[in-house]
Amino acid sequence: METFTGLILIFIGAALINNFVLHYFVGICPFLGVSRRTSTAFGMGCAVTFVISIAALLSWTLTHFVLRPEAPLPRWVWEIAGGNPATHVDLSVLSYIVYIFVIASSVQFVEMYVRKFFPPLYKSFGVYLPLITTNCAILFACLEIMKHLQDPTNLWGLHEAITLAVGGGVGFTIAISLMAGIREDLDLCDVPGPLRGAGIALIVAGIMAMAFMGFTGVDKGIQSALGIGF
Amino acid sequence: MAQEQPTALERFVNGILPENPVYRQLLGMCPVLAVTNGMKPAMTMAGATAFVLISANIIVSLIRHLLKPHLRILVFTLTIATFVTIADRFLAAYVYEMSKQLGPYVPLIIVNCLIISRCEICSSKQGVGVAIADGVGMALGFALALASIATVREILGSGTWFGLRVMPGVWPNWGIMVLPPGAFLTLGLLLGIAEWVSRRRSERAKSSQ
Repeated sequence: METFTGLILIFIGAALINNFVLHYFVGICPFLGVSRRTSTAFGMGCAVTFVISIAALLSWTLTHFVLRPEAPLPRWVWEIAGGNPATHVDLSVLSYIVYIFVIASSVQFVEMYVRKFFPPLYKSFGVYLPLITTNCAILFACLEIMKHLQDPTNLWGLHEAITLAVGGGVGFTIAISLMAGIREDLDLCDVPGPLRGAGIALIVAGIMAMAFMGFTGVDKGIQSALGIGF
Repeated sequence: MAQEQPTALERFVNGILPENPVYRQLLGMCPVLAVTNGMKPAMTMAGATAFVLISANIIVSLIRHLLKPHLRILVFTLTIATFVTIADRFLAAYVYEMSKQLGPYVPLIIVNCLIISRCEICSSKQGVGVAIADGVGMALGFALALASIATVREILGSGTWFGLRVMPGVWPNWGIMVLPPGAFLTLGLLLGIAEWVSRRRSERAKSSQ
């Protein structure tokens, strides 16, 4: 029960309270670039959610076994090689390079899969699928997971990492779909000339961010409703 | 060469205003919005981005004849990731407080579209000199954009600039400006102003002809 509540809190925290787009500003490029039609925006959201989950799975595994300080695999290799057992083994300096490699290869994998099995979807994504590689949201999720694996008092398990990733992906999908809905209606409005395009989109995003600030404190409410301390 | 490539000076000047990475090309929006709640974090971020951008431009320009077309993006990102690791360790060693405050946004320089687009457009096609000029110009343009947004947000949001008090003591701090919504609103309005100024200028150029 305790674990399950923790997972719900992580999910809601990532999807609503600290929405990836509207609170951490990650994934702004597709948020502005692909939010002209609701259907493409929703497809993009789903693709990001999918890639983010795969990347989180891989990066948790790599971080837990290889990259975090005192991880088992480098420790084992170090001792096999006859190193001094008292040495502090830490490969975390490599983590950024490993993460970006993992993300790039999982995007490549998803692209091949979608092209083979869902050709119409592949056509509608067009250039945006490879661009997911440079989507900050995915690297950001990996970095959050890394942060939680370096703190020895509260080590995250795989289930927590995946929950964070899926929550972030769902939050991204919610934000980009809402934005696309608003922008479809904005096409019919008389927007002042210089603000057309990105300007008005950013102002709309600002108002959406204010609305999402209303979720602050929801986690405390859930905690007290479920009757755990704090 | 099928088309004429711009010279080093053109690349340098283009980066600052005519092709400003933030206001003209809408690239690298994530740090632009996230770290501009004060001048100090904004300038630290601009410095780190400049270091990574210029170093990556130099390396990519040096290895441009070895690049295979289908692997080039991967090579770019790995090069950038290496320099970001260096910048991150450097910040953590010398300005620890600032590095804590910037948090995940320093590693997120890796996926800053600005740097990859410069590698792709300029340094994978031209020599080292042009690539350095381009990197410096773009970095200056990026720093200028960060500084403009951070100035508006810090003065309105906390009444200070670089930590120094500039507004009178009775100024009610607009808390919303240092929070996420303020970033979106400021950037949206500044984009509108930049667009308005450039329209005015092109209209004036047309009427004077």
